[in-house]
Order: sequence, then structure tokens, then C-alpha cells
Amino acid sequence: MKLYAKFFSLHLRSVMQYKSSFFLMTIGQFIMAFSAFLSVWFLFDRFYQVDGFTFQQVLLCFSVTLMSFSLCEGFFRGFDTFSYTVRNAEFDRILLRPRNEIFLVLASKIELSKMGRLLQAFLVFLYAIPTSGVEWNFQRVLVLVLMLLGGVCVFCGLFLLYAAICFFTIEGLEFMNIFTDGGREFGSYPMGIYGDGILRFFTFVVPIACFQYWPLLYLLGKNESLWCMLSPLVCIVFLLPCWAFWRFGVRHYQSTGS
Amino acid sequence: MITVSQLSKRFVVSRRKSGLKQATKSLFHREREFVQALDNVSFTIPDGQVVGYIGPNGAGKSTTVKILSGILTPDSGECDINGRTPWKQRREHVAEMGVVFGQRSQLWWDVPVGDSFDLLRDIYRVPENRYRANVAELTERLQLEEILRTPARQLSLGQRMRCEIAASLLHDPKVLFLDEPTIGLDAVSKLAVRDFIREINRDRGVTVILTTHDMQDIEALAQRILLIGKGRVLLDGTLEQLKQQYGRGSVTVSYSGGEVQKLSELEIVEQEPGRLTVSTDGSREDTARVIAQLTAALSITDISVKGPDAEEMVVSLYREYRV
Repeated sequence: MKLYAKFFSLHLRSVMQYKSSFFLMTIGQFIMAFSAFLSVWFLFDRFYQVDGFTFQQVLLCFSVTLMSFSLCEGFFRGFDTFSYTVRNAEFDRILLRPRNEIFLVLASKIELSKMGRLLQAFLVFLYAIPTSGVEWNFQRVLVLVLMLLGGVCVFCGLFLLYAAICFFTIEGLEFMNIFTDGGREFGSYPMGIYGDGILRFFTFVVPIACFQYWPLLYLLGKNESLWCMLSPLVCIVFLLPCWAFWRFGVRHYQSTGS
Repeated sequence: MITVSQLSKRFVVSRRKSGLKQATKSLFHREREFVQALDNVSFTIPDGQVVGYIGPNGAGKSTTVKILSGILTPDSGECDINGRTPWKQRREHVAEMGVVFGQRSQLWWDVPVGDSFDLLRDIYRVPENRYRANVAELTERLQLEEILRTPARQLSLGQRMRCEIAASLLHDPKVLFLDEPTIGLDAVSKLAVRDFIREINRDRGVTVILTTHDMQDIEALAQRILLIGKGRVLLDGTLEQLKQQYGRGSVTVSYSGGEVQKLSELEIVEQEPGRLTVSTDGSREDTARVIAQLTAALSITDISVKGPDAEEMVVSLYREYRV
């Protein structure tokens, strides 16, 4: 952790070499996320309700997804851009250090400009908590925390998977973005509204629904079952196969260049 | 102590002809080819030796270095460096290793070099007093005083290379891999780097494995040479032995008169009116014999003697082994 703080401060100092670029990027990220927010808003301006969810309830879901995604994108950036790391053999260097390679990839890139998006998510979050009509009690706050944690786990797992594929293809595979960026866009709304097939896919294969749709039902008192309450834990389990695949990839790493 | 036995590594390469049509075709059907990068490579290097690891491009030098430093896993074979197998106990192993890639930097681009060093201290968990002592020593020997406060992006290549080497020695490694450490450097920087490597080897007993295409590096530093080509070890010996076996020297004379026909038993390399080049085997005795014959037959106005040249020697070696 101390070492991570060191890396963090170096990243911060590097970024501060280009101050105006940094601030423009952050503002840009904020505006980009804002457009996603607007699209939700315009939709509700028309329809008032989607599949029984009110505007504020959808916003709660939207902000949880966006917040966990931007946390991941900021701190797991090293995995998102991993194809470059593999292609210019930067990963050789990482393997030459006597530390865990996941940690080093994690620390190799910290994208502070993604904080613009995080800030946006946080503001929406603050607005949605009191207005969503949830009767807050201890369990429900706990579930909300679990939702965020689960979201971070799912996106981290996806980034890790994406990075591990780079070991075999060298190039990154754009189709993975369906799950990462796509997951974020999809995840703006509770997964239930897309129908059973998609809900099942996003529950059992890529457990995005497990940190938003199911626990959201619990929060709103629509379904008080234990499954709905603890479904974010599935997201943590999702990390295991991703990690195993990463280990498999590292062993097949082929390096490039002289 | 480094022991390598029967190391083999094969790469899969997909090939295609250039052009858009071929590129589209290769999307669906790939021609795959296997390249044997290393083929039963074995050698032993005792502690504290400086080994020049040479061979033409694509011979397998980098692959060997990458396997020895734990980056790649070989297909078969064994390797033992100070009691550890690099790819199995990677973390423990790399803690005792320093690696410099001449063409790639390990310094942070936008922050002063000193900050990069501090980070390395934390990554390698170097005790504070060792770190201070090392930085002080390296700063003095490599004249880094000014440079430490400069961001890496503003350094010249020579300055950067000195920092790279310093960076790889901060954690007191026992083995140092240098991959083309003098590439692109000017004459002064080259000499400085060479001197420093020699000192480090002498004072700290660091085992150095040096891959380079610069034969002057080899001549200045290597106590032993390993020649690799097409994935095999072709030669293993000292530079002196190599010179005796493969070195050729020559004597060039300008003359004003005499009988060239008398010299039929000498090996004439080049001949033009008034000028003659004769080859020798590079030894002092043979050179003396040739000069004696030349002076007996011709009236010489000028003479120049050339000893075995490492560069030419390697060229003839490569040619002989067809690598």
C-alpha cells in the first residue's frame, strides 16, 4: 500500500507537468459522462417510468454503475491499455521487478483525469440516495456498499480478462469493449428492463446485474429474498476465473522485439 | 554461478505476404511457422566473470537473456542461477538481478531521475543506508550530480544510459545483464560506460553478461566470449583463443623496386603496382617471418602491420558458421 502511494505521487507529479492538459481532460470526462446522464433524463421526461422504476431509482442504478466503472477505469487503467504494454515489451520490465505483476501493472498507470467522471457519478449518487424512495436502514446501506464493491469487482475482472487476452493476440480485442464500455451503458438502467435472456446473461455469465438489478430490487423492497441481498458477492467470485486466466496468460507471455 | 543446460525455446510466427489482399486472407487462414530461437543451449558461468554474448541479429541472444532473467519460460531445459530457476522463482530471482536494455528505458519520463531511483528503492526494498551509500557511490563514479534533478525526457542519450546503469545497480545485484549498453553513444560516453562496467565487476564481483554488436566493447570488457548463432552455442572461449584460431593479420608495403615473383609462397591478398598486401595468421612470429621475406625481396619505402581485428574476425566467424 505504501508503495502504491509512492507510485500515486509519481503519477500525480507526472500529470502536473502538463497541468492544463490534465484539467481539460478532466472537464472533458465530466461532460462526456454528463451526456449519458442527459439521455436518461430526456427519456424520463417522456415516459416517467421504465418497467416500474422511477427516474430517481434509475439514477441510483446509473450512478452505482458509473461510479464503479470510473473507479476501475482510473485505477485499473494499466489493464485497459495493456495491449500497448505488451506490444512495446514494457511488460518485460514489469516481470523484472521483484513484486507481484498484477500490482505493478495496476500501479503503472493511474488515470487521474477519470476523476471527472467519478465526480459526476458521485453528484448523481448524492441526489439519488434521498430521492429514490428507499427506506434506508442498516442492511440497505450495507447492500449499497456491496453494490459498489461488486461493481468495481466486475469491471476489474473484465479489464483483467481483456488484458490476459492480449498475451495471446498482442493486439487488444475490441469486442471486449462490449462488456466494459457496453456494460457501463447497459448498466445505466436496471438490467431487468431488457428482458429475460439478457438478464440471465448478465447474471450468470458477466454478473453486471448482480450489482445493480438484483440488489436494487432489494433496496426498493420489491424483492426481499436473501439472494437479492447478497447477489453482489457473486461479483467478487467473478474475479477468480479472471485471475486464473491472467495467470495462464502470464505463463504464455512471448515478449516482443530484441 | 549460472548453469544452463539443454535450453530450448520455439516461437510461433504467423507469416503473410504484404498487401491488403493477403492481409484479409490471413484473417481467416494463417500460415504458421515455428522458429527455433534456442536449440539445446548449455553453458556455465562462474561468479564474477564478464562474458560477452555475441551473435548476429536474430541468433537468440535476447531470448537467452529473457529466459535467464525470468521473463520467458523455455520449452525445455534447465537453468540454475545462484540456486534458483528464474521462471519458477521469479520474484526471488529478479531481486538479485540488474538488467539494462540499451534500447528501452526504465526511468520515468516526466519526473527527475532521482525520483525514479527512490521508487526503485521502494520496489526492491533496499535498506535506507545501503541505498544512500549506493547512490553516493554511483553519483560519484558516473558523475550524476547534476543529472539526478533533471527529468529523464531532457537527458541526452549518454546521460540517460549512465542513469540506466546506475538504476540497475541500486539494489546490489549479483548478476548484471547488459543488452547493448553502448548503442548510439558517442566515443567519450562509450569509454565512460566501459570503464564503469569494468570497475563494478572488479570492486563488487558482479557477474556481467554483455550482449553487443560493438566488438570494441567485447575487446575492452569480456574475459570470455560465447558465440551463438541459429539458436546454438557455436564457440566458447577467450578472445585471445579466438584470435589465435580465427584472427588474421596483414602486412602492407609500398616498394620502389624488386622481384615480386620471389614471394610466391606468401599469401597475397591485394596487389597493385608499387603496393602489396600479404596476410599473416596474426601471431608475432608469422608477422616477423613475412616481413623478413618482404624486405629480402623488395626495396621497401613504407610498411604497415595490422593485427587481428575483432570486427573482421567475427565477420569471418559468422561466415564460417553460416549464421
